[in-house]
Amino acid sequence: MTDRYDAIVVGAGHNGLVCAALLAKAGKQVLVLEANEQVGGAAVTREFVDGYSVSACAHLLYQLQPEVRKELGLSPSLSSNNMTTIALSEDARHVRLKGDTAEGVSDEDAANYRRFHKRMTRFADLLRKYLNKAPPRLGTTDFRDLVTLGQLGFDIRRLGKEEMQEFLRLIGMNIHDELDERFESPLLKGAISLDAVLGTHLGPRSPNTMMTYLYRLAGDHGRVGTPQGGMGSVSEELAHAARDAGVTIRTGMPVKRIVIENGRATGVETVGGGRFDSYLVVSNADPKRTVMDLVGARHVETGFTRRIQHLRSKGNAAKLHLALDGLPTIEGLSKKDFAERIVIAPDEHYVERAFNPAKYGEYSTQPVVEITFPSFRDDSLAPTSKHVLSAVVQYAPYALKDGWNDAAKDAFKQVVISTIAKYAPDIEERITASELLTPADIEREFHITGGHWHHGELTLDQFLFVRPVSGAAQYRMPVDGVYLCGAGAHPGGGVSGAAGRNAARAILRREKAA
Amino acid sequence: MKSQPVHQGRLKTPFYSRLEKLDTVNEWHQWKGYSSANSLYCEDTEYFAIRNATAVFDLTPMTKYRITGPDALDYLNRLVTRDMAKIRPGRVAYAVWCDDQGQVIDDGTIFHLREGEYRLCSQERHYAWLLAAAIGFDVTVTHETDDVAALAVQGPTSFSVLKKMGLDGLEELKPFGLTHFDFQGKELMVSRTGFTADLGYELWIDPDKAEALWDALFEAGELYGIRAIGTHALELARIEAGFLAAYMEFLPADETVRTGRSRSPLELGLEWLVDFTKPNFNGRRALAEEKRNGSTWRLVKLDIEGNKPAHNSYIFENAKGNKGHIGFITSAAWSPVCKQNIALGTVKTPHGKPGDTIWVEIYYQREMHWNRTMAKATVVDKPFWWPARRGATPPGPY
Repeated sequence: MTDRYDAIVVGAGHNGLVCAALLAKAGKQVLVLEANEQVGGAAVTREFVDGYSVSACAHLLYQLQPEVRKELGLSPSLSSNNMTTIALSEDARHVRLKGDTAEGVSDEDAANYRRFHKRMTRFADLLRKYLNKAPPRLGTTDFRDLVTLGQLGFDIRRLGKEEMQEFLRLIGMNIHDELDERFESPLLKGAISLDAVLGTHLGPRSPNTMMTYLYRLAGDHGRVGTPQGGMGSVSEELAHAARDAGVTIRTGMPVKRIVIENGRATGVETVGGGRFDSYLVVSNADPKRTVMDLVGARHVETGFTRRIQHLRSKGNAAKLHLALDGLPTIEGLSKKDFAERIVIAPDEHYVERAFNPAKYGEYSTQPVVEITFPSFRDDSLAPTSKHVLSAVVQYAPYALKDGWNDAAKDAFKQVVISTIAKYAPDIEERITASELLTPADIEREFHITGGHWHHGELTLDQFLFVRPVSGAAQYRMPVDGVYLCGAGAHPGGGVSGAAGRNAARAILRREKAA
Repeated sequence: MKSQPVHQGRLKTPFYSRLEKLDTVNEWHQWKGYSSANSLYCEDTEYFAIRNATAVFDLTPMTKYRITGPDALDYLNRLVTRDMAKIRPGRVAYAVWCDDQGQVIDDGTIFHLREGEYRLCSQERHYAWLLAAAIGFDVTVTHETDDVAALAVQGPTSFSVLKKMGLDGLEELKPFGLTHFDFQGKELMVSRTGFTADLGYELWIDPDKAEALWDALFEAGELYGIRAIGTHALELARIEAGFLAAYMEFLPADETVRTGRSRSPLELGLEWLVDFTKPNFNGRRALAEEKRNGSTWRLVKLDIEGNKPAHNSYIFENAKGNKGHIGFITSAAWSPVCKQNIALGTVKTPHGKPGDTIWVEIYYQREMHWNRTMAKATVVDKPFWWPARRGATPPGPY
């Protein structure tokens, strides 16, 4: 077997697999090296206690791009699709959101929500178009860049005068102000706030949270689902597609470094001492790990190193997994509601207050929680009549002041369970096993610097033209033969495949030009 | 990073007590926080000390960084454009460093003090940049401007003065070499470097011994015409040598706001300092592209007709000046030693090739009234002043 490939992809996260598959489809010999034993990166299903499995990191599918599905022939089967978001209220008067309808709020709020949703999806569609393109460079004379820039301007203008003004007004704004202007229901405002800040180091009053909200909607208009068999099944399907296209995938092969000789990539070296040759190395790892650890600062320039070093990529979202011997009781929910997405964010101030401690390196004592019961319609994840609870919990800052030691983890886990118990009083007696993954655990387990979903904060200063940093926004790193294809590149995180697809296209286009 | 107390007010160098005694004109300016003399008694006399005897200039305020650690060489090689692997211990390299866009941040000298131990000297301060450049390298960068007292001892009799002072073996030291002596129990470093293009040395010592060194130097130099000088005399010598000065021939790239106001090494005539065989250094990609596509600017040394210094002049392609200017003068002077009207300037390529004739618009005042003249200028490629004695080893016993 040859150890020389046309391309080596470092990391079999979903973006790495998408990129590898598309390169292989274009006729390349592609090798994917994955550090873990499983493919999928942070989109994996794993058993956390005997008999109970769960999506270990990402747990909802809502962004997989139609282009990716189509080009790779993917059709993930969903155990729950188009889930309703149920915002829990302590008095059991929950609010339900689905598509453009809001139930459990005043008629005025419901009408306003319909209008709000319509406008937001329109803006999100505009954004979505650009998530699936390499971002244009600014100050460029490149024809393709100029066309894309022109298109972007034109598309914004085409919204119409009023909507364009509205778009430009909103895009840098915080979501709290907008929600406060439009709605009265605290639960409604809380639930939308949560969507805007999930996976970020932002509170609803932080500037830029309108954009993160739109980013979420840009996936599939906010429709979320859970894949049958957990997120790992999506990754497995991607891996199949890649292998069918001829990609070689080797797991349990952590890459130590990208070999740079005379200023260009010539291959990779694994931790085990193996060497694989290729003049094209595509990194699915986050930008910091790619540049500082895999490439090495000495092979890039100082200004670039400094920008990468200053990238904000400290995660705030923890993951809680509970093995339950039965479904808990939540007043006001029927049994089938456990197939939906349940959130604890009683009002927008609650979300902001949950964020406050995170600014000072402390975890929330009243966290916001996004809960799913993936086993509800999926027998493969838990023994019969038993269940798993999978929850994203914020805020759990990566750089906890005193570190994420066992005591801190236990304490925070208890905080989260108590928070859930306010709505599901019998939850504690149902728990037979539990697991909490802090951003520090996510960093260790999935090799993501800072344990950040997006490999880097999704804010305007790290978005589009300047993602991950200026000078590297078109997937190509400033070292010949090194590309980035993960969430740290445009457009960002979420199981969308967009970064992987854009990277593959950028690579192929560049080869064609050369 | 250790924190240091911040000085209030203007600093005085360890030689201030001696300078103050010699000073008659009381003309000082501020150089990176220190008082530095423009002149001490008479600029012309001071200048002629450089060219005819020995001039002593206090260069303590010169920015100095110590660079040590296992990666020191790799670090410097990524920082500067030239190949530092060729600079052995005991040697000094003139170097230039750029940002990622290949634009010059500053130039300076790098002293390879001992194996793996370097000192970088420059006019401007660059601590933030040097620390950013250290990310990912096992090096320590220490700011040591205040910890080292330094004197430039320049001029034809400088070797004789230092020899008389007791620096045995100095005759072996070649240009851009450095060596160490014992001076009253402290280490005295002597390098054969300078800013004058003449025979000359620079002396580096612990500030505690600064005054003693000064006294020993002036005692030894008494019969060799030794004189302390200020920056104005040195500036004239600098222009004669054709050396660049930050804020004159270029702006540090990190200080510019408008595009096109910085310069690349290629645009400053420093291509000989850019080693493209190195696989990576700051600015390499941009400079390689500039080399392929051509530069926008070119630094020129001009020999100008007449005797009116071309301060701040525009440069034109022809005598009528009717095609718009092609550049401007950055430094100008009447050179007493060359008997030439000289200048450094920056012009748009393809103008300004060596041997080209271009025209300089000079304004000068005579009895209050302003006059304007178009002076013919020839582009020269050699320094205006570059005497053989500068490089002779052993140096002559003037």
